[in-house]
Amino acid sequence: MPKDGGIGASTKRREDVRFLTGKGRYTDDINIRGQLHAHFIRSQVAHGTIRKIDTRDAEAMPGVVKVFTSADFAGVGGIPTGWQVTSRDGSVMLEPKHPVLAEGKVRHVGDPIAVVVAETLDQARDAAEAVEIDIDELPAVMDMKAAVQGGPLVHDEIGSNLCYDWGFVEENRAAVDEAFKKAAHVTTLDLVNNRLIANPMEPRVAVGDYEDHSGQHTLYTTSQNPHVIRLLMGAFVLSIPEHKLRVVAPDVGGGFGSKIYHYAEEAFVTKAAQILKRPVKWTSSRSEAFISDAQGRDHQTRIQLALDADNNFMALRCETYANMGAYLSTFAPCIPTWLHGTLLAGNYKTPLVYTNVKAVFTNTVPVDAYRGAGRPEATFQLERVIDKAARELGVSPVELRRKNFIKPDQYPYQTPVAVVYDTGNYDATLDKLLELSDYAGFEARAAESKARGKLRGFGLAHYIEACGIAPSNLVGQLGARAGLYESATVRVNATGSITVFTGSHSHGQGHETTFAQVISDMIGIDASQVEIVHGDTSNTPMGMGTYGSRSLAVGGSAMVKATNKIINKAKKIAAHLMEASEADIELKDGKFTVAGTDKEKTWVDITLAAYVPHNYPLESIEPGLEETAFYDPSNFTYPAGAYGCELEVDPETGKVEILAFTAADDFGNVVNPMIVEGQVHGGLAQGIGQAMLEHCVFDENGQLLSGSFMDYAMPRADDVPFYSVDHSCATPCTHNPLGVKGCGEAGAIGSPPAVVNAVLDALHRGGFTNVTHIDMPVSPSRVWQAMHG
Amino acid sequence: MHNFDFVKPSTIADAAQALSHEGAQALSGGQTLIPTMKQRLAAPATLVSLTAIPEMQGVCLGDGGLHIGAATPHAVVAREAKAHYPALAALAGGIGDPAVRNRGTIGGSLANNDPAACYPSAVLASGATVVTNTRKIAADDYFQGLFSTALHDGEIITSIVFPIPEKAAYVKFDQPASRFALTGVFVAKYAGGVRVAVTGASQDGVFRWKDAEAALSADFSPAAIKGLAMESGTMIHDLHGTQAYRANLVKVLTGRAVAAALA
Ligand SMILES: Cc1cc2nc3c(=O)[nH]c(=O)nc-3n(C[C@H](O)[C@H](O)[C@H](O)COP(=O)(O)OP(=O)(O)OC[C@H]3O[C@@H](n4cnc5c(N)ncnc54)[C@H](O)[C@@H]3O)c2cc1C
Repeated sequence: MPKDGGIGASTKRREDVRFLTGKGRYTDDINIRGQLHAHFIRSQVAHGTIRKIDTRDAEAMPGVVKVFTSADFAGVGGIPTGWQVTSRDGSVMLEPKHPVLAEGKVRHVGDPIAVVVAETLDQARDAAEAVEIDIDELPAVMDMKAAVQGGPLVHDEIGSNLCYDWGFVEENRAAVDEAFKKAAHVTTLDLVNNRLIANPMEPRVAVGDYEDHSGQHTLYTTSQNPHVIRLLMGAFVLSIPEHKLRVVAPDVGGGFGSKIYHYAEEAFVTKAAQILKRPVKWTSSRSEAFISDAQGRDHQTRIQLALDADNNFMALRCETYANMGAYLSTFAPCIPTWLHGTLLAGNYKTPLVYTNVKAVFTNTVPVDAYRGAGRPEATFQLERVIDKAARELGVSPVELRRKNFIKPDQYPYQTPVAVVYDTGNYDATLDKLLELSDYAGFEARAAESKARGKLRGFGLAHYIEACGIAPSNLVGQLGARAGLYESATVRVNATGSITVFTGSHSHGQGHETTFAQVISDMIGIDASQVEIVHGDTSNTPMGMGTYGSRSLAVGGSAMVKATNKIINKAKKIAAHLMEASEADIELKDGKFTVAGTDKEKTWVDITLAAYVPHNYPLESIEPGLEETAFYDPSNFTYPAGAYGCELEVDPETGKVEILAFTAADDFGNVVNPMIVEGQVHGGLAQGIGQAMLEHCVFDENGQLLSGSFMDYAMPRADDVPFYSVDHSCATPCTHNPLGVKGCGEAGAIGSPPAVVNAVLDALHRGGFTNVTHIDMPVSPSRVWQAMHG
Repeated sequence: MHNFDFVKPSTIADAAQALSHEGAQALSGGQTLIPTMKQRLAAPATLVSLTAIPEMQGVCLGDGGLHIGAATPHAVVAREAKAHYPALAALAGGIGDPAVRNRGTIGGSLANNDPAACYPSAVLASGATVVTNTRKIAADDYFQGLFSTALHDGEIITSIVFPIPEKAAYVKFDQPASRFALTGVFVAKYAGGVRVAVTGASQDGVFRWKDAEAALSADFSPAAIKGLAMESGTMIHDLHGTQAYRANLVKVLTGRAVAAALA
């Protein structure tokens, strides 16, 4: 039995008390005396030359303080990119300038052209209608292949729409080709990983504040990583040193990746507040979010699997076109490369893998990481091509996978794609899945569906992800322009309570609860004695924030490290107070004892002594009890699992109904099972959303067709089934102190191929054997078209 | 949203008077008009609310069938029409979400005539009469294509009169995002014959499927329409469905509506 409030307990989320009672304090709740409101005027065309911007009439309108254009940002840097990818030929990627406000040209619908700042938002919006903008529309380049074959240039100055042409592992290219020549069977699949719009519940908001007398800037923003924003915006865009720039990300209502990046609006309000000497606020409307938040996925891929005569995987070859959109968002270049190509071994012992990725500029909204980021794309193609191969070979998709699994005795396992898996047991998660989903009873259920005129299908998918991002020295070699450690300061207060300042950021994940559980367990005090503080660069140590399922694995490890320093110091103090040797001091359940004696000091005795050091070895130990630690992981973590989807297709309408979804995950150790299940549920809803409903679509002129919730289908409660989730097949991570792997993205990574495999299975059972693939979302129309079209 | 004036008359005559002014527009449940104004796509100078006019509220039996006040919210129709015209009540209960059903009204829906709206199919299939402050308009004359109706500027729908069928059913296939009708079919069987109205599918808005009406008038069973073909050339093609897909849905849903009416 886990200790109440300790590791392993399903402690209720303490932050929910404020969220559910309306006491959350989000960025839009921040209103500063004298604040002005900014309204962005955005391009309505996808591509064009700006001929003229006339702001005179608008500036004369009531309440208008100033209308900004790029001219006001002349001395300001572009929005930087945090990752540099090197092409196959050794050249570095093309990195066009991303100005805060469009300079000379607009490059996607939503590109900001001018900003009206006024006393009220309505005045700003009224005046925006009076800004005269003259744009010569240019042909938009939308199709990625056309873009690199002489299509119109998105950025004239770089001379090409091909950002980079990446090969991995380049040295294996010839060997992979050779393996395909020798293969007994080759399965080829062309597919699209559909573009998605993140749509966190809270749209983005930014409030800039400036103190003239001190030169102090403050930016309140909806960010997953305030320190990253401070570094990028301060150092590269506005030239503000860190000590004069505070970035605060208070309660944040979901991010899913889209709030990692540094956005133009943040730089705008920070700079405008300085120019106008008044606070400036911008709140995105939902419509604006559709055309200004970085979007996700959008890959076009040919994936090929080579098998020998015994159905062993010999080689995998992937050619992907990855859409970057019109500008490089902060981490865009690394998503289709290092978060994608390195995952293509999957759970399998395929000896040779080669991936070629062409990253392409188009006249669309920028694309960057979205829950899973690269790993869903890798998993989808791998798990789809394996299913297709099984069908072509007439073997069971379960057995084909099992045959090719890396086996439990092979860890640590060096994949052919650089990463080394520390632990795992894929047979165990598969067995668990088959058991929980009653796979044995499927045929009977399929027969029952058939009797009702419905086609039933079962789809299986395995996934592995590289989480706990990331070893800094490794990512540095791969092109990262930042370290990916995490930090924590553990401040023990005089009477024994603890305040933890973490560089991680919680925007739905529940850190305030789980991090406290860890400390409670380590020291043996009640979790209510521990407060977790995050989101403000002025009080937290420099940290890289939350994404890539890294918070507990990396941020939690930093906290454990700092807490161990605390415990070591506390033991020294205890040894002094009890006149014993430090080596004999034990800490258990909040009490320090001397081994083999009945001497005892409570936690509070020690913390008080540290802050009221009357009887204290001041010559050898500093007073106080506060430690900071930075943790840089030595490897990624590798959560993995088996997902099963059971569904029915209505052959008359193509409508798919998911009847059951089962997830057997290996997350290593679990601190709070309830929160882990919640994360899996949310991830599954997002993955099912991608598979069944969500699709960001532009027309050939670059207009967004799915520009609101009337056309962009978010999953709703009745679109998803009751899930059966399990994380009992745990193989703890070997290289972080908690043995945790991360669970935030798994659901979104593993579920799309399970859904699509199930639809294909249903169609095949229904006699539609010529259907080999349906692109996501597998909407009723697409499924029907595949059957009857 | 731009600024506007707001009036809330309590009689139809006052409402008509208010609407005769330049820039005045009727406001009923506001579920279509208010979002349009928020996006600054409409900027009426004056909004004339129709929700405080007693004659435009409620559901009751009367001459010619079931009378529904034009300003009656969908939720009220769902509740109060149930005993008299269950298929119509079910349609109203399937519109949008509870908030939309508690605000949105039948008159607003018919005045707007969204090609994917539900009510137009019921009105057309029932051969209902749209009653305005100046005249009575037969359903067959009322709908004139996408977002277009026989209403004149400033004319107010005051009520709708639905002849009550022997059997009827509405089957809606949800557009996945908006959950309006990707296609919806209303089938109503009267002593004089069967009427079939289709919404969501055609580029010309709600329409009657006359071939199906003839077949079903002869034999009111799902099998009766098996041999019919639905022309796809005038169907809508968009993100959510091709023309062929919608033509298929019309046929499938008609069969299902007949089955539901018989159940
Ligand atoms: C989220 C959402 C989901 C929806 N889902 C569906 C759905 O599934 N099926 C469906 O059918 N509809 C759906 N709707 C539309 C809904 O039914 C609206 O209520 C309806 O379209 C408009 O009715 P209203 O009373 O709100 O009209 P308003 O928005 O007030 O007015 C609409 C238009 O009609 C005019 N008007 C209003 N009343 C009259 C009158 N008595 N005489 C003359 N002109 C008048 C107004 O001037 C305006 O031009 C949905 C709406 C929303 C917001």
